[in-house]
Amino acid sequence: MQTITVNDAVGQALAEEMRRDARVLTFGEGVATNRRELLAEFGAQRVRNTPLAEGIIAGAAAGAAAMGLRPVIDLLYAPFLTLSMDAIMNSAGKLRYLSGGQFEFPMVVLARTGAGWTVGGQHNHNLEAMFVHSPGLKVVMPHSTADYKGLLKSAIRDPNPVLFFMDMTVGYTPGPVPEGEQLVPLGQAAVLRAGADVTLVSYSKSVTTCLAAADQLAARGVDPEVIDLRTLKPLDEATILRSVRKTGRLIVVHEAAAPCGVGAEVAAIVSEKAFAALKAPVRRITGPDVPAPSSWMLEQAALPQADGIARAALELVGAAAVPA
Amino acid sequence: MTQPSRISMLETMMLIRAHEERLAGNAGSSPGTCTAVGQEAAAVGVVAALQPRDRILTNHRSAGHLLARGADPGRLMAEVMGRADGYCKGKSGSLHVSAKELGVVLTSTIVGGELSLAPGVALAQKMSATVPNEGTEPGGITAVFFGDGAACEGIFHESINLAVTWQLPVLYVCENNQWQAFVRRDETMPHEQVRPWAASHGLQAVAVDGNDVEAVHAAALAAAEFVRSTGTPYFLELITYRTRGHYEPDDQAYVDKDELARWKARDPIALQRDRLLAAGELAPGELAHLQQRVADTVAAAFAFAQASPWPDARELLTDVYA
Repeated sequence: MQTITVNDAVGQALAEEMRRDARVLTFGEGVATNRRELLAEFGAQRVRNTPLAEGIIAGAAAGAAAMGLRPVIDLLYAPFLTLSMDAIMNSAGKLRYLSGGQFEFPMVVLARTGAGWTVGGQHNHNLEAMFVHSPGLKVVMPHSTADYKGLLKSAIRDPNPVLFFMDMTVGYTPGPVPEGEQLVPLGQAAVLRAGADVTLVSYSKSVTTCLAAADQLAARGVDPEVIDLRTLKPLDEATILRSVRKTGRLIVVHEAAAPCGVGAEVAAIVSEKAFAALKAPVRRITGPDVPAPSSWMLEQAALPQADGIARAALELVGAAAVPA
Repeated sequence: MTQPSRISMLETMMLIRAHEERLAGNAGSSPGTCTAVGQEAAAVGVVAALQPRDRILTNHRSAGHLLARGADPGRLMAEVMGRADGYCKGKSGSLHVSAKELGVVLTSTIVGGELSLAPGVALAQKMSATVPNEGTEPGGITAVFFGDGAACEGIFHESINLAVTWQLPVLYVCENNQWQAFVRRDETMPHEQVRPWAASHGLQAVAVDGNDVEAVHAAALAAAEFVRSTGTPYFLELITYRTRGHYEPDDQAYVDKDELARWKARDPIALQRDRLLAAGELAPGELAHLQQRVADTVAAAFAFAQASPWPDARELLTDVYA
């Protein structure tokens, strides 16, 4: 086991996959500037800076991917994705289908988001659900350092366009990562803590908050299960349903706003397929439906908090204890 | 590569016209079809200047580019009519027809979408010498067809800027047809031509009469040779006119009748036909023979498309993911 930062985990994944497959190349805003080790090893053909023009970065990636290259593009911050939507949603997401399966789009789009750097709503916007709602795309949003590496390697090998969202605040946080080749498959959630009383479903850095809430709950005699979704599309329904059928209670936690978000989708799936197992209403604890604020105090206020999650879980457990 | 004869270019234009007018006349069963009637010389002159290893990106007015490239009229019509024997199994309809087997790739109906995808295709071509990929061949160039409407999208500039700075083999072919959906070109941009915008990016940019198939062909041969030999992009503007509406059906009530009549008097097919007749290269009897052959081809294509089955309902859920 090595202890490295998330940034280094991403760099290792890129280097290993570029070494393995000459068709993998990476370009974007500052890629050749900031990943000098990749530039030194793989050269200027495969490691490129681009203009600050997200539309053509994503379009060039889609065009190259359809011809058989495997581009990994870095668009820096998630709100910038809105300038690349045509290439990602209309081209990479739809032209396989509309062409009757003539093309594949093996490309990965890196974008950072998440509260903590006080950069405000035009750099911080958890808009992952927009891509979950768009056919033909896959969406990955890791939590652990090891998953950043293992999921990115799988995303690069996947024959479909993958949106890979990174929390901007964890880039320099060290964490354990297995030595050598380790792939984490797309579409598999991780049960980080097994429990019997309530299921906490989350992803990205909100998983950390859920784990903290779980510690609080354990101290109060409640036994929570914590699930890290890791991939939002395809969603690991089986792991969610198996857990809720066991615990009978569900809280979904994410930084993104609630309306039509991942939490809404998870709640709907559970109500459709595991309604009989529910002992209490499903709860969502999410960021508010406002642009991400810049003031540190407001930004922190927008984040799901461990206390709030623990309180909600206690309410659910208590509510279930009331005789029918 | 053998160059097409002057007569064969005429016949291909006639085929495209007859094909599109058959579909336009069929608007009840394929509404929304966008034709390029009046622009046949642009498609035929440019595509005839390309090689099999080249790749073509087109747009919602694609029938001319596809037929000039050798698309089977029956399969193309079946596609427009949503049938299983179409190039895209009926899943494209008229608007995003790609035919990978012909090197016509990644057709996007989003105006400007083709411009965003073209540099990536050309990058794969450029890298194919050292990184073989299944979609391109060494020495190939990318020809991307778009209109004056797409040139008003920001992606036009992003695309050209990237092709110039990355030195990509892209032949930009702008069919300036004077119409941007329902809006006259002169309401949306300050110049008569798109060429000055392209030239401002440091690109060689040339405009020619887009209704003269031989002028188009000569300019396209020179342009393709430039792109192939230098590995850098080139901008070719073809000044033409869309003589049917934006889509089918469209009564064109918004079109100035005199302007339309002036352009119809410069019809690209009539121009080439009269040129060959006057030069004695085409006898009236041969012309009648060409007309009959084209009519037979289109009739057979339409019959093929009508006889082609609808896609199986299970196709609804296939081809979403690889």
